[in-house]
Amino acid sequence: MDWMAWTWPTAAFFATIAALLITFTVLAIRFPETPRTGILRIETTRGDRLFITLLGSAFINLAWLGLVGEHQPYALIVCLAWAAAVFRWV
Amino acid sequence: MPDATIAQPRRSLALPRVNTSAVVMTLYLLFLMLPIYWLVNMSLKTNSEILGGFSLWPQEPTLRNYRVILTDASWYMGYVNSLIYVCMNTVLSVVVALPAAYAFSRYRFMGDKHLFFWLLTNRMAPPAVFALPFFQLYSSVGLFDTHIAVALAHCLFNVPLAVWILEGFMRGVPKEIDETAYIDGYSFPRFFVKIFMPLIASGIGVAAFFCFMFSWVELLLSRTLTSVNAKPIAATMTRTVSASGLDWGVLAAAGVLTIVPGALVIYFVRNYIAKGFALGRV
Amino acid sequence: MDKPTNHKAWFLVLPVLVLVAFSAVIPLMTVVNYSVQDTFGNNRFFWAGLEWFEEMLRSERMWNALGRQLIFSATILAIEVPLGIFVALNMPKRGVWASVCLVLMSLPLLIPFNVVGTIWQIFGRVDIGLLGYTLDRLGINYNYTQNAVDAWITVIVMDVWHWTSLVALLCYAGLQSIPDAYYQAAKIDQASRWKVFRYIELPKMAGVLMIAVLLRFMDSFMIYTEPFVVTGGGPGNATTFLSINLVKMALGQFDLGPAAAFSIMYFLVILLISWVFYTVMTNLDRKGG
Repeated sequence: MDWMAWTWPTAAFFATIAALLITFTVLAIRFPETPRTGILRIETTRGDRLFITLLGSAFINLAWLGLVGEHQPYALIVCLAWAAAVFRWV
Repeated sequence: MPDATIAQPRRSLALPRVNTSAVVMTLYLLFLMLPIYWLVNMSLKTNSEILGGFSLWPQEPTLRNYRVILTDASWYMGYVNSLIYVCMNTVLSVVVALPAAYAFSRYRFMGDKHLFFWLLTNRMAPPAVFALPFFQLYSSVGLFDTHIAVALAHCLFNVPLAVWILEGFMRGVPKEIDETAYIDGYSFPRFFVKIFMPLIASGIGVAAFFCFMFSWVELLLSRTLTSVNAKPIAATMTRTVSASGLDWGVLAAAGVLTIVPGALVIYFVRNYIAKGFALGRV
Repeated sequence: MDKPTNHKAWFLVLPVLVLVAFSAVIPLMTVVNYSVQDTFGNNRFFWAGLEWFEEMLRSERMWNALGRQLIFSATILAIEVPLGIFVALNMPKRGVWASVCLVLMSLPLLIPFNVVGTIWQIFGRVDIGLLGYTLDRLGINYNYTQNAVDAWITVIVMDVWHWTSLVALLCYAGLQSIPDAYYQAAKIDQASRWKVFRYIELPKMAGVLMIAVLLRFMDSFMIYTEPFVVTGGGPGNATTFLSINLVKMALGQFDLGPAAAFSIMYFLVILLISWVFYTVMTNLDRKGG
């Protein structure tokens, strides 16, 4: 596995994603839901909203890096706001 | 023809009515065929004739270029290598995709939609992103420059493709057939092989055809993952260009020969081309 | 279609999952790992943080490649979609000629990408190619290896040649599903050709057209082989699109870190487009069935 060049931060990153996926799977099994239609006018489940959140967060981080360029952790606050918005309205 | 069915003011000239559709199609097909014709034309000329003068058809047709390819191991082994990994990949892709496509078309299960989407992203992912890590991965497990490495790497986009196409065909088969078979006491594997697979035979053919095609036409990954022993024909062709840049006749002949597999089966799949490219959704 | 819930179906999907995970997830994780580190070869890595991402976001080369890519994709869509519709409308509906058209139109789609490149490389050459020779004889100064505009035209015409048939075949499939009764009704109403197209044919084609546009966009967005064979990304960097740029960086210069950071951004864009594609597809499915 040497060639994969693991580092602690990236390992933690993937562990977080894996944990999120597992959490949402467990949630979906324990509390089944019906899809709802939000402001995008498409049916979404919790899993879909998670995906939109993560993808959006990636773009938010990139935008922050490109436009602001410093204090990267603050981008995570924007991401949290984004996540809340997605889970509330989409 | 739509034009004929719709009332149009006839021109009163005595000229024979020009069928615009036919003209459009002729021009378009001409546009498609000319470059291909030119390739064939080149492949039948000698190099001196190609470079010496300009002619619309070979003045002294020769099969020399083809003979070079079919007798020179560095050329024909390219075809053999390509065929080996393409066939391995096609069989592998279709075999693993069949049960998965059945599951997607018949059942709802945890995360099914997300899995299906994830497969699609792999079909859409640019091979350029994967070239470098693949190179590292297969070097580290000692599979670099083997056919199996390329066959596995091409699974990246061919397995999702096969799953999507097969799912498109399977959803057209009524569910009652499955239920009747189970009531008749068929076990799942027996039902699948004996009853279900013959029903979607054309779908399997189309999926296999498209896996074959996409593996056959892929250049970047197959070139990155091989050096000598499994070097595909596509890589042989690009390297010849950069090395000498002169032997146009042989290059054209090699090009013609790579078109042959597709051209051979084109008649049988002509009605499914659109469906295959649209991942079974048309 | 109402499908029963059966979680055992997971076992049927498992082989696919393992295989694709092996060839997709492991490489992607590796790319992420590389993107935050620096290396001087010999497999020793140093933490670099977000440096590469920052460098890439500020790199003119990347923005230029992205710009070229977007212009290229937009151009070929603007040509291929109307042309494809036009061709589909003119295709014979049935009979021998329909088969002939289908077979001949499918042919370019099935040619290996590098051979498509080779064909146009030869076809466009001034000394030995029909196109180049003809243009030269007409007094047009055309040289795709040295003139950036000519290189662009060649690459775009090549893509139009290669893929317009796909758009046409998809639209044709959509047109085939229109019952004759619709046309007869239009004839009784004395509808003009344009009205027939606008109110009968276009709505029926909308679904497949959407698929065609998205497919063409995706595939043109990751185009590599054809322009690579014809122009090698040149002259200069004139036809260096995203994939060519990436391969130059990753395999040509072996700049693992920047190439990985670039890959991730590239992949994120693809992910976004794939998601749009998927959403559109499933919405069509729901409407259609």
